[in-house]
Amino acid sequence: MSQSSASELRLEVVPPKKIGTNLLAAVCILLVLLIARSFWHGQIEWSVVKENLFARPVLIGLISTISMTFAAMGLGIFLGVGAAIMRMSENRVIRYIAIGYIWLFRGVPALLQLLLWFNLALIFPTIGFGDTFSVRTVDVMTPFVAALLGLGIQQGAYTAEVVRAGILSIDKGQAEAAAAIGMTRFRTLQRIVLPQAMRVIVPPIGNETIGMIKLTSLASVVQYSEILRKVQEVYYVNSRVIELLIVATFWYMVLVTIFSIAQFYIERHFSQGWGAARTSEKTKAEVPA
Amino acid sequence: MKPIIEARQVQKHFGQNHVLKDIEFAMGKGEVVSIIGPSGSGKSTFLRCINQLETIDGGYISVNGEIVGYRRQGNKLYHLSDREVARQRQAVGMVFQRFNLFPHKTVLGNVIEGPVVVQRRTVAESKDEAMALLETVGLAEKALAYPAQLSGGQQQRVAIARSLAMKPDAMLFDEPTSALDPELVGEVLGVMKTLAAMGTTMIVVTHEIGFCREVANRVAFMDQGRIVEEGSPDDILKSPKNQRVRSFVSAVL
Repeated sequence: MSQSSASELRLEVVPPKKIGTNLLAAVCILLVLLIARSFWHGQIEWSVVKENLFARPVLIGLISTISMTFAAMGLGIFLGVGAAIMRMSENRVIRYIAIGYIWLFRGVPALLQLLLWFNLALIFPTIGFGDTFSVRTVDVMTPFVAALLGLGIQQGAYTAEVVRAGILSIDKGQAEAAAAIGMTRFRTLQRIVLPQAMRVIVPPIGNETIGMIKLTSLASVVQYSEILRKVQEVYYVNSRVIELLIVATFWYMVLVTIFSIAQFYIERHFSQGWGAARTSEKTKAEVPA
Repeated sequence: MKPIIEARQVQKHFGQNHVLKDIEFAMGKGEVVSIIGPSGSGKSTFLRCINQLETIDGGYISVNGEIVGYRRQGNKLYHLSDREVARQRQAVGMVFQRFNLFPHKTVLGNVIEGPVVVQRRTVAESKDEAMALLETVGLAEKALAYPAQLSGGQQQRVAIARSLAMKPDAMLFDEPTSALDPELVGEVLGVMKTLAAMGTTMIVVTHEIGFCREVANRVAFMDQGRIVEEGSPDDILKSPKNQRVRSFVSAVL
C-alpha cells in the first residue's frame, strides 16, 4: 500500500512546448537574414570600406573623438560634482547658483551651445582682466576649446543631478559615523560618502560617457576634426559617401563596445562590500590560516 | 574630581518642541552611567549633543573641561570651525543603534579608518592596534570580511572597536542593542561589560535594565526632556522616589 503510493508520487514534469515563441524567433532570424542580404547586394563597395577602415585621416579622427570624449566627460564630472555639492549647500545663494547652472545648460541644445561657444568672439572680441591681460577670443576659442566647453559644460549639468542623487542615496548614519571618528565634512565626503555614492553614480555616468562618444560628432559643426568630420572630408574627395559612413559607424561601435566592457569592471570595483558571495571567496583566500 | 563630561543648563529645541530642558549632568573618569526612560524623552538627543551631532540652544556641554562646539571669549561664545569640531569629537567615541559601519570597507578597514585618515598614524601600527581591538571584541578572524557578511551583533562589536581605535576619553552608546535580534544582544552587552571592567568611561542609553543593574555605577532617568531622577542602580531600579520612574521601572521589570 505504502509502496504504491510512493510510486504514485514520483511524478514527471513535462516542460511546455512554447511553439508560438519558437515560431516568432524563427521569423526574427529570417528577417535579420533578409536585411543582411539586401545590404550585401546593395550599392556598397565593401572594398572601399576595407581600404579606409585604417586610413590615416580616419585614425586621426578616431583619436580626436576619443580624446574629446575623455576631456568633455572629465570636465563634466568635475563641474557635476561641484554643482551637486553646491546644490546641497546650506547657503541659499550658492544653492541657487547651482540650480541656475543646471537649469540653463540642461535646457539649451548641445548643438546650439557648441555654436555659441565657437562664436563667442562676436560678443567678446577679447578676453582678459582689464588692461593687465588680454587675448583675442578667436585665438583662444579653437575648435577643440569650443567643443570641450560646449560638451563639457552641458554634461556637467546632467552629471550634477546624477551625483546629487548618488549622495542623497547614502544613509545619513554614514556621515554621522564618519563625524564621530573625527572626520571633517570634506574628508567625510571624500572617504565615506562619495565612494559609496559611486555605486549609484557609475551606471548612469557610464551611459552618459557612451552618449558622449556619439555626442562628440556634433563637434564637427565647429570644425573639430573628430571621426565624422574626417570621413566627410574623405568622401567629399572620392564621393564614396556610404562606404565612409560605414567606416565611421564601425569605429563608433568599437568604441561603445570597449567602453561598455570597461563600465562593467568599474561597476564591479565600486560594488565592493555589497556582492557578499563574490567577496567571501576573496576574503577566504586572503585570511592567513 | 574634575568631571570628564559636564552639562549645565542645556536646552535644545526641534522647532517648537522643547526636547532638552535644563539638563544638569556630570560624570568622572571611569564611571559608567546608564540613561533610561521612555521613547522620545530626549536620551538619544542628549547623547548626540555631547558628540555635536546635534547643536544645543542654551547652556553648555564640556568634555575634559573644554566647551564643545564653541570658543569662549569674555561672555560670548563663538562657533568653532568644522576642523575644530572634528578635533573635539575625537575625544568621545560613539556607537550607534544601527551600527553605521562603512559598507565599502572591510572590518579592518573600518577600524583603521580613523587612526590612519584622521590621526595620521601609520597603517602598520594602526593595523596592529586594530587587530588587538578586534581580539578584544572577539572578531579577529573576521578582519577581512565586509560588514554585509556579518550578523548584527558582529557588526555592532566592530563598530565598538572602530570607536575604541581613536583612543577616546569616553564612549557614548546610543541604544546599542535595540536593532539586534534578541539572541545577539548578549554578545554586544558582553563586550560592553568587558570595557566597563577595563575602566572605560561610558554613557549608555539603553532599555537593557539588566545591564544597568549589573554594570552601571549610576542610572539617570529621563522623561519629557528632563533628567527626572538620578542615583545608584539600586536606588533607581528598586526604590525610585519619583512616581514616573516607579511606573516605568515596574512596567519594564
